[in-house]
Amino acid sequence: MVDAAARVAGHEDIGSGYRRLIFEAPEMAASMRPGQFVHVRVPALEASALRRPFSVFDAADGRVTVLYKTVGRGTAALNSVRAGDTVCVLGPLGRGFPESCEGVALLVGGGYGVAPLHFLARALKAAGHGDIVAFIGGRTSNDLLAVDRFRALGVDVRLATNDGSAGAKGLVTDPLDDELARLRDAGRRFELFACGPDPMLKAVAMRAVGTGAKGWISMDRHMICGVGACYACIQKTVRGNSRCCVEGPVFRADDLVWE
Amino acid sequence: MVVTKVDLGGLKMATPVATASGTFGYGFEYAGALDYSSLGAVTAKGIRLDPWPGNAMPRHAEVPGGLVNAIGLQGTGIEHFLDITVPHYMAQIPDAPPMIVNIWGGSVDEYAEVARRLNEAAATAECAAIRAIECNVSCPNVKEGGHTFGQDPAVLNRLVSAVRAKTTLPLIVKLAPNVPDVRPYVKACEDGGADALSMINTIPAMVIDIERRRPVLANVTGGLSGRGIHPAAVKLVYDAHRATKLPILAMGGVYEAKDAIEFLLAGATAVAVGTATFSDPSAAQKVLAGIVEYCERHGFSSVSDLVGALA
Repeated sequence: MVDAAARVAGHEDIGSGYRRLIFEAPEMAASMRPGQFVHVRVPALEASALRRPFSVFDAADGRVTVLYKTVGRGTAALNSVRAGDTVCVLGPLGRGFPESCEGVALLVGGGYGVAPLHFLARALKAAGHGDIVAFIGGRTSNDLLAVDRFRALGVDVRLATNDGSAGAKGLVTDPLDDELARLRDAGRRFELFACGPDPMLKAVAMRAVGTGAKGWISMDRHMICGVGACYACIQKTVRGNSRCCVEGPVFRADDLVWE
Repeated sequence: MVVTKVDLGGLKMATPVATASGTFGYGFEYAGALDYSSLGAVTAKGIRLDPWPGNAMPRHAEVPGGLVNAIGLQGTGIEHFLDITVPHYMAQIPDAPPMIVNIWGGSVDEYAEVARRLNEAAATAECAAIRAIECNVSCPNVKEGGHTFGQDPAVLNRLVSAVRAKTTLPLIVKLAPNVPDVRPYVKACEDGGADALSMINTIPAMVIDIERRRPVLANVTGGLSGRGIHPAAVKLVYDAHRATKLPILAMGGVYEAKDAIEFLLAGATAVAVGTATFSDPSAAQKVLAGIVEYCERHGFSSVSDLVGALA
């Protein structure tokens, strides 16, 4: 883990309130694994403001890329960062996804939750794991991010939107359930990997537990320290109150306790 | 060359800058993010006899000038702390700074037992980093007969005396800020055999989500820390210093050297960096550098010359 004074290599609006932010942080990029996150000091906020955690979309060639949506004061202030600015970035943080998979890798993402799944898909492909299906969901077609990037990796992509503006109309778990039925009929093994809003994560975790498959669920919690020091970002697990930042953000589906 | 070492009631610190309990985990979590040689001590997160789950979520709210938290002292209990946590700290951090162990409990007997265990462990090689005890008598979770230990001088005196009887480690008592006059509490600590005081703990606070018309914290109330509480903390340190010869470890909104120097001039022997670490993990390191620079600029040969040195 390093606290890098990272130069911003790029920062673009990718539409509908989503943005892509790229940091030059060679040491961090080299050790970053899929599912890990960075804790960013937002320059336009007061110096005493808390950092904001972002999961990593990609880390390669000395650069760390995050995707985010402007949802509050921190992300709104982050909008003003320009290429060439210096930003303090702490990372790599947290426990990521396993980078191997028995059977088909089923990736389930909602909104900017696709970010760590993209990094994971790239790592799985690099490890020679070909069989990956990504289920990408959102409220509208504008909330479906990085679809082309998944396809470029050779990932089989299934889409769902609440309003039907792209892919199947409904929840992302609908096409997932279709695929689960097919895999069951074919007697094939699979593992589930998910990141997105809590209700989606719970639905995926329940399917992992219900089918006896391994499930890897990336939780999104407000954080203070990001390094396991403050005990603010608690996720209930079978072991009790676990810290999302160091015992997660990726948890085993059968470890999670839902409230 | 400015002399940075200070003596906090028998705790030898290489620098006057420590970390504050609850903001620095068990000492090892920030490995890689700052230069540990800048720390005169680390203070471990509050520990009690048995494991404690802490409060429900949400546990914090960011506010202008600080942070309101109600973590609720989640911890694994003294046994795990001594068997696993402290040895891990010593293994992870080369030349690990001395550790101040913050303790709490539900009864006087529990505090005393935790102190006894720490006293015993500190004599072993595995836990040699343990160099002092900080007795937390000011967390809203710690109650006896409906009163927080730190809200009644007689109860406080009984507690400090009981802990004192069980340990020869330097004993620091962390006082509550929300008392009308800090002096009776200072005297209760003195009479009970405390070696030092630390102040201030967080200030009781509350944040309401007006859209949902509900408290933000699951615990309803919490403790305010950060920049906003600093002037209040300076005043309390100033009051306490005038009332006692006990050395003071001052905390409350130390973000930069100026904040720390105010504490020293008000009478503190050392300072602790807390909430600032969350926004800048190397804040403590920068605070030390700034204190040294200040001493050079003002002709102080030793940091200890600043203590209470108001003109």
